[in-house]
Amino acid sequence: MLKVEQLQAWYGRSHILQGIDLEVKKGELVCLIGRNGAGKTTTLRAIMGLTGRAEGRVMFDGQDVLKLPTHKRNGLGLGYVPEERRIVPGLSVRDNLRLGLLAAHHKASEADVITEVAQTFPRLAERLDQDAITMSGGEQQMLAIARALVSRPKLLMLDEPSEGIMPVLVDEMFVLFSRLRDQGTTILLVEQNVELALGIADRAYIMDQGEIVYQAKASDLLADEEIKERYCSV
Amino acid sequence: MDGITPDLLALQLFTGLALGAIYVLLALGMSLLFGMLTVVNFAHGAFYMLGAYAGILLLGFGVNFWFCLLFAPLLIGGIGMLSERFLIRHLYGRGIDYPLLLTFGLSYIMVETVRIFFGTQGLPFDTPDALQGASDIMIGYFPTYRLFVIGVAILVIAALWLFLERTPYGLIIRAGARDPQIVRILGIDVARVWLVVFGIGTGLAALAGLLAAPLQGASPEMGASILAESFVVTVVGGMGSLVGAVVAGLLVGVVVAMTSLFAPEMAQVAIFALMAIVLLIRPQGFFGRAGLMS
Ligand SMILES: Nc1ncnc2c1ncn2[C@@H]1O[C@H](COP(=O)(O)OP(=O)(O)OP(=O)(O)O)[C@@H](O)[C@H]1O
Ligand SMILES: [Mg+2]
Repeated sequence: MLKVEQLQAWYGRSHILQGIDLEVKKGELVCLIGRNGAGKTTTLRAIMGLTGRAEGRVMFDGQDVLKLPTHKRNGLGLGYVPEERRIVPGLSVRDNLRLGLLAAHHKASEADVITEVAQTFPRLAERLDQDAITMSGGEQQMLAIARALVSRPKLLMLDEPSEGIMPVLVDEMFVLFSRLRDQGTTILLVEQNVELALGIADRAYIMDQGEIVYQAKASDLLADEEIKERYCSV
Repeated sequence: MDGITPDLLALQLFTGLALGAIYVLLALGMSLLFGMLTVVNFAHGAFYMLGAYAGILLLGFGVNFWFCLLFAPLLIGGIGMLSERFLIRHLYGRGIDYPLLLTFGLSYIMVETVRIFFGTQGLPFDTPDALQGASDIMIGYFPTYRLFVIGVAILVIAALWLFLERTPYGLIIRAGARDPQIVRILGIDVARVWLVVFGIGTGLAALAGLLAAPLQGASPEMGASILAESFVVTVVGGMGSLVGAVVAGLLVGVVVAMTSLFAPEMAQVAIFALMAIVLLIRPQGFFGRAGLMS
């Protein structure tokens, strides 16, 4: 589904990604872990076309999307929930969801989509007309995820969804991710919460200083204290 | 202060509202462009002037005034869209001064072009027959055409509000004003939306110019003086705020009208005094977001 080859990216003059290779197959949940500043966010942003300069190949569904503008990448089925959530201030929960639906290629009506969202995120359904920015951090994260899902992306990329969220909500969220994967959404998950992420992932990549330094089956890595210690301890 | 009766004051208030209606149309466009695109449009006055001349041109072709009200803003909004598409678009994200200088230059080109084709002298612009004379508005007789201007502004404000609050396009515009990047991430081509916004903003300026023409005639310079005034309105209302544009536009109109009644020579000064006072008390204007420029 997604195959990244020799991806390099720059912020201004600084060369951040040094040539990333990674693959996410259809139906997989892959996680990308590594220390603060390793380049995880930059990798997702480069895949989405949000870094200034990027080179290499980003193959999505057999097509190189590296030169496509961001909105077209979304149109092909790349969903992305950025680290900062980016809930639009001044818009209601409903309008934030509508925004996600506007460019969708499927024909489901707004009412259908709201019903679906209500099943998965009952808390959002109760707050449809509230100014979204006034919700709690956890609720905003739910909304950011729901908003990315309403267009039914083939691949969903999530950047540290558990950051700053109550532990009980985090568990709920991870249950949701594995259920989404089981229902057919391919997922690329960036997480600091290594144990939890490896617990639901199929495979994992570890990044350090703009490079992929290790890859393994999630279950193997979960058992490998030494590698986890070396690359993931903060 | 002989002869200043409550009725006269009330009539002057209406005069102020009519003037304010023109400011509102200008400031709405200006605020839209600034709020969405961070473009301070120095050509806004020139688009206003083009609106009046587009009216003259169309009337000359035998188009009636009512259709002019529709076609002149469409025509000038189209020119606005062309200038966005081919010139201004390349300057987004480069800081506020580049589009400012570009539109400043554009305004000179537009003014000179009009001078070449229509002459340096101003041209008269007749009030349409149906709107001549005065109407009884309970407190006295008031020029029908000015009432009409107020009515058009109310319609435009309502239409713009419905468009922004009730349509998918409006949703994209509201979201794009706050966070264009997330709008792109969600699959929407923001550049296309910005083009439309530019068309709306310049089209509104053109409508204001056309509406003002029967009151004061058309001249190549008519945009230059009103540009400064509409900047004041935009700043007082809060840059980027549409509600602010409406409130401040009407307020400035009324202040000008009232000062002209008591001290005509002070009318221009009053506008800037108002701005100074508002900025001292509330630097971001009535409805502006603090720190918008930082
Ligand atoms: N906008 C930017 N301009 C310049 N450098 C940046 C920018 N964003 C990130 N960087 C740098 O790029 C490197 C990688 O950052 P990135 O955000 O991708 O790391 P990360 O793995 O997501 O870290 P974290 O776990 O803290 O989110 C860091 O050294 C960071 O300082
Ligand atoms: Mg990050």
